Amino acid sequence: MEGFCCCNKKSFYSFKPRLLSLNLKISGNSKLIFALVVFLTMGFFLISTVEANEFENTLKDLGNKSRSKIKLAVKALGNMGNPAAIPVMEALKEKRLRISDNDSLIILNEAKDKGYDALTGQPVELGSLNLRKPRINNAVRRLLSTAIGKLKLFSDDPEIRLSAARDLLKRSSNNLVELIEKALKKETEDEIRNLFLLVLAKEGLNSDDKSKRLQSIKTITTLGNNDFKTILEEVLEKNEEDEFLEKDSEIRDAASNAIAKIEKRQFVKNQAANLFYGLSLGSILLLAALGLAITFGLMGVINMAHGEMLMLGAYLTFVVQNLFKEYLPGYFELYLIAAIPVSFLGSALVGIILERGIIRHLYGRPLETLLATWGISLILIQTIRLVFGAQNVEVANPSYLSGGVEVMNGIVFPYSRIAIIIFVVGVVISIWMLLQKTSLGLQVRAVTQNREMASCMGISTYKVDMYTFGLGSGVAGLGGLALSQIGNVGPELGQLYIVDSFMVVVLGGVGNIAGTVAGALSLGIFNKFLEPVAGAVLGKIIVLVLIIVVIQKRPQGLFSLKGRMVDN
Amino acid sequence: MIKQIIKLHSLKGWLFTFSLLGIAIILLPLLNIFAPENSFLHIPDYMFSLFGKYLCYALVALAIDLIWGYTGVLSLGHGVFFSLGGYAMGMYLMRSIGKEGVYKSELPDFMIFLDWKELPWYWWGFDSFIFTFFVILIMPGLFAFIFGYFAFKSRIKGVYFAIITQAMTYALMLLFFRNNTGFGGNNGLTDFKKILGYSLQEPSTKMSLYILTAIVLFIFYVVARFVVQSKFGRVLTAIRDSENRVMFSGYNTLNYKLAIWTISAFICGIAGALYVPQVGIVNPSEMQPSNSIEMAIWVAVGGRGTLSGALVGAGLVNGAKSWFTVAAPDYWLYFLGILFIVVTLFFPKGFVGIFSRLRIKRKGNQNG
Amino acid sequence: MSLLKSQRGASKITFKSIILALVLFIFTVQAQAAETIKVGILHSLSGTMAISETSLKDVALMAIEEINAKGGVLGKKLEPVVVDPASNWPLFAEKARELIEKQKVAVTFGCWTSVSRKSVLPVFEELNGLLFYPVQYEGEESSYNVFYTGAAPNQQAIPAVEYLMSEDGGGAKRFVLLGTDYVYPRTTNKILNYFLKSKGINKKDIMEAYTPFGHSDYQTIVADIKKFAAGKPTAVISTINGDSNVPFYKELANQGLKAEDIPVVAFSVGEEELRGIDTKPLVGHLAAWNYFMSIENSENKAFIKKWNAYVNKKKLPGGSKRVTNDPMEATYIGIKMWAQAAEQAGTTNVDAVRQAIGGQTVKSPSGFEITMDAKNHHLHKPVVIGEIQEDGQFEVVWKTKGPIRAEAWSPFIPDSAKKVADWTYPWVCGNCKKGKF
Repeated sequence: MEGFCCCNKKSFYSFKPRLLSLNLKISGNSKLIFALVVFLTMGFFLISTVEANEFENTLKDLGNKSRSKIKLAVKALGNMGNPAAIPVMEALKEKRLRISDNDSLIILNEAKDKGYDALTGQPVELGSLNLRKPRINNAVRRLLSTAIGKLKLFSDDPEIRLSAARDLLKRSSNNLVELIEKALKKETEDEIRNLFLLVLAKEGLNSDDKSKRLQSIKTITTLGNNDFKTILEEVLEKNEEDEFLEKDSEIRDAASNAIAKIEKRQFVKNQAANLFYGLSLGSILLLAALGLAITFGLMGVINMAHGEMLMLGAYLTFVVQNLFKEYLPGYFELYLIAAIPVSFLGSALVGIILERGIIRHLYGRPLETLLATWGISLILIQTIRLVFGAQNVEVANPSYLSGGVEVMNGIVFPYSRIAIIIFVVGVVISIWMLLQKTSLGLQVRAVTQNREMASCMGISTYKVDMYTFGLGSGVAGLGGLALSQIGNVGPELGQLYIVDSFMVVVLGGVGNIAGTVAGALSLGIFNKFLEPVAGAVLGKIIVLVLIIVVIQKRPQGLFSLKGRMVDN
Repeated sequence: MIKQIIKLHSLKGWLFTFSLLGIAIILLPLLNIFAPENSFLHIPDYMFSLFGKYLCYALVALAIDLIWGYTGVLSLGHGVFFSLGGYAMGMYLMRSIGKEGVYKSELPDFMIFLDWKELPWYWWGFDSFIFTFFVILIMPGLFAFIFGYFAFKSRIKGVYFAIITQAMTYALMLLFFRNNTGFGGNNGLTDFKKILGYSLQEPSTKMSLYILTAIVLFIFYVVARFVVQSKFGRVLTAIRDSENRVMFSGYNTLNYKLAIWTISAFICGIAGALYVPQVGIVNPSEMQPSNSIEMAIWVAVGGRGTLSGALVGAGLVNGAKSWFTVAAPDYWLYFLGILFIVVTLFFPKGFVGIFSRLRIKRKGNQNG
Repeated sequence: MSLLKSQRGASKITFKSIILALVLFIFTVQAQAAETIKVGILHSLSGTMAISETSLKDVALMAIEEINAKGGVLGKKLEPVVVDPASNWPLFAEKARELIEKQKVAVTFGCWTSVSRKSVLPVFEELNGLLFYPVQYEGEESSYNVFYTGAAPNQQAIPAVEYLMSEDGGGAKRFVLLGTDYVYPRTTNKILNYFLKSKGINKKDIMEAYTPFGHSDYQTIVADIKKFAAGKPTAVISTINGDSNVPFYKELANQGLKAEDIPVVAFSVGEEELRGIDTKPLVGHLAAWNYFMSIENSENKAFIKKWNAYVNKKKLPGGSKRVTNDPMEATYIGIKMWAQAAEQAGTTNVDAVRQAIGGQTVKSPSGFEITMDAKNHHLHKPVVIGEIQEDGQFEVVWKTKGPIRAEAWSPFIPDSAKKVADWTYPWVCGNCKKGKF
């Protein structure tokens, strides 16, 4: 029964019947439901009926047909300080709240196949009921967040208090001050205290008392992050006649001093964020280009159909997702894992068929492979378009890849991007192992370096070609799988990445996987450090010009094998 | 000189070439004017802007064949030179709209959109056709010369060269795509009214443009023929077959490659300038990397290393495209894709290769 | 040697079969029925715009089938002529010319992007054709030969911003104008800039950012929006083009920007675009259109039913997941309106039909009687703002009381404010010639 504890007697709302406060770790889980049931049944014996009725009626208003009534109810519930309202408000926010014909509130679980009565906690048979959804909009959601934050402020779980404090900082308002001050007195965790202080400082900035304002600026100077820069900049605003709106020069100086301090403090953080963005972009470029590094880099096929292999991988992921939805809904979250072998093998198979059917006739005529693979790409695009339709299809992120982790104040690294970075490391290591540590890898390298000689040594070159092309296509399929997690899945998916992929491979040096890795990461990082300065469009142009310049300097790419041969 | 030119073809060859030219610039227009509207022989008006377009494409293919088919340097960026010529012409056409634009302003409409108050400096001079004419002649070639000088000097070859030309066209596309660059952004330049005072909507203007294109194509065909059969051209072919041997024989291949590269871009620019008034729009999508690849494909389909092949290829692929996009809108990409695959697999010398093979076969039969 | 031989054998067969296929094609195409009215459909079925335009082709064919089932127009069946301009702008002009001159179509329904419309415009004006353009656009245009059935900026952008500034919409004080760098976002943002200025919003409270076409990495931009939004209630007005929306929204969700904090209102995101996105993290973000699939009325119910039946009958890809959206509704209205006008005029002659279309009304799936304005060739349309729902549909949160008249020339742009679009005799519009009859 860890979910229960006694409430603090010196609570701010001590005049209100606050008997139990809930430890709300995960909303909507069964523990919570149970806790709520026990709370409500126990609580109603003790609360005076009048107040219980008031609470209950306000709660019922959450399901009112009029949006303004809902708003009033939310505000009132936030001020009543009864944490029993939290699950109901959360359900409303997440659209899991329903109203039955007899006006009772019903909370659905996340899958929306079960429900229980919000007041009694009794499970409800959904099938027989005619349920109505309360209509809310962003204005209501904002009020809900504030109200929930207020109620959670006195939770015993520091995690919950932390998230509540963050929420309140985002939408601080003057009427929060009193409450926050109360909470601050009780708070022991430094991180949460700092957030509280910032809320107070943010409001204090608008006060009429000069010393209070200076104090606020001081707090912001030591604790504030980038978000506060914009707020402080307002202090330094000028009107049209170029006069400061803020007459007091002492405050202005303090503010500009604070901005400088924050900027200094944020500089490293910003660079770290840019580095992450760059790594993430680089890893995506790398995944898109790795397959090409094999088919084009090692085999010399100017594979214009490479983009379509990416696309096939993404569509195979889509198909696996749908199969899971249809046949294994319980394990839906795992579809992405299952899609890894499927997209690899599926694309590899298509690649092998193409190699056997068409490309093998063109070895030694690299520029002509361009023409044939261009034709292949047109056919693949149109086939996908006729089978799946011209529109994008939906590939959902599994819940473990949704959202992100806030590594620093205000800087979020999305899980999907972190996963892609890890994934690409795994793929690169596997390819490296395959090429360096297996006999197939040895044969591949032998054929790449000298086909005739390898053939003389008894290597079946045609088999090696087949496997190599299959491997390249399969890796492209894996790239498609990863791309499906961050972007569109549509027939034109491949066209979006084909030019970039070629740039990466050529920049790194053809025939060299390590070069491709270096090429992709440097392009990604460079691009992301450039973008804040030059803007997205100009940044991309500068990167392209730089590629041209680099190739002028190193005509065989960054990581070329040096040799004295004139022809290669 | 004249003698040399006459020698470019056999008598039969010249007769064939001239009769093609005759059909293009005399017979077809006559059929348009005199054949009755419903008769089988009548060539409707709209065919001429279509033919004009094909002829411009053929000129591009000719240019690419010179650099790829004869010199062995694959460029996947000729769309840039085509567009530069096109944009120069487009700018002239924009300026000659004058105050007839939507906003009745001196400035082109898109500048009003962007709140620009005066003409940027790089638009100066395009009021004059003579100035534009020289820009068309110089700009694409100059740009190619600078790009080529550095690329060839660094001895960038083969696939690397092809890919950096892709980077070039991609970068320029993005640059022209920016609204702030001042070339009309994604919409490009359009809604032209007049060229040299003649309304572009008049069938007679279109016919004249078409005939002009045909003549220009003919002239450049002869020039190209002259180039490839000269000593200069033979060195180019040698570079294609083995650049190092040519180098070791004491030729500076850089100069040769740079010269033909610049000539090729020059021709391409002229094609672009002729193209724009006939289709009525020029925008950055002409510089899409895939567009330039398609241009190379025309040459490959027709047959690399033969001038007639380039012309046939451009006509064939674009004709097929025009036809299939109406006849089989859902499946035309299959036809095109299969065409490319079949050509590479079975006719490595392109369509022209088929005919020469047939001819050799027939000769063989006669002899046998 | 043997390889060579087999190659030759193959070449013979393929060459012959190609010729055979060609001949067969010519035959099938020439064998067409005679007594029909040809209707051109000019939408990209391949290339980058196919993603949006194929549905318009499908719905146009559906509408034509529906009209034919009721006996056609003037006693004749409509015969659709579908062509594929392949997202290639000059090809649009070529195909338009071919439709009018060669196929002699009575009317054409087509185009999506502004550049494709600009590309065909001179052709339609030269040959006196008739084009119905079904997509929301930047305005600043008015042509004698075009009927605009999509929204002008005042029928979409401005009401949406007014909503964002209202209490219900969050009382935004700061605006991020984010778009793909092409003419529709540029012009719309220009109008909005003037509009916001007139509402007392300072220049520094407006952030404008553009990305290239097909941009797929929004990490930096989303982080910038986050910084910009600190301090004041902020809203994002997105004119990002179709393809970039998925990466943008995924980035928004993953970086934790919620609709309740920073609502995004999009002008180019409809039901069709949402099909490619997992919408659970996007609930609450907004879109402004003139129609949503979720609007409840009998007209819309019938429209959706017809569409589903058509999708099933033709076994179109996507099957039961196909949705309807605003440009589809606009296409549908356009075809119905043209058919009505042709019936009324008693002929399909372009000039006569053009005269007859002005003032035509159609009961539209949006639930209103929609009228074609005889003066400016735009529809009077209602404006509806919807919130994205988990199921990829929109829930209407705000709508106008009735249809609004389009302003082809925005009164907020000084250069256009003085312009009048008036195509009623005696032709006093901004950029037109004298009428042809």
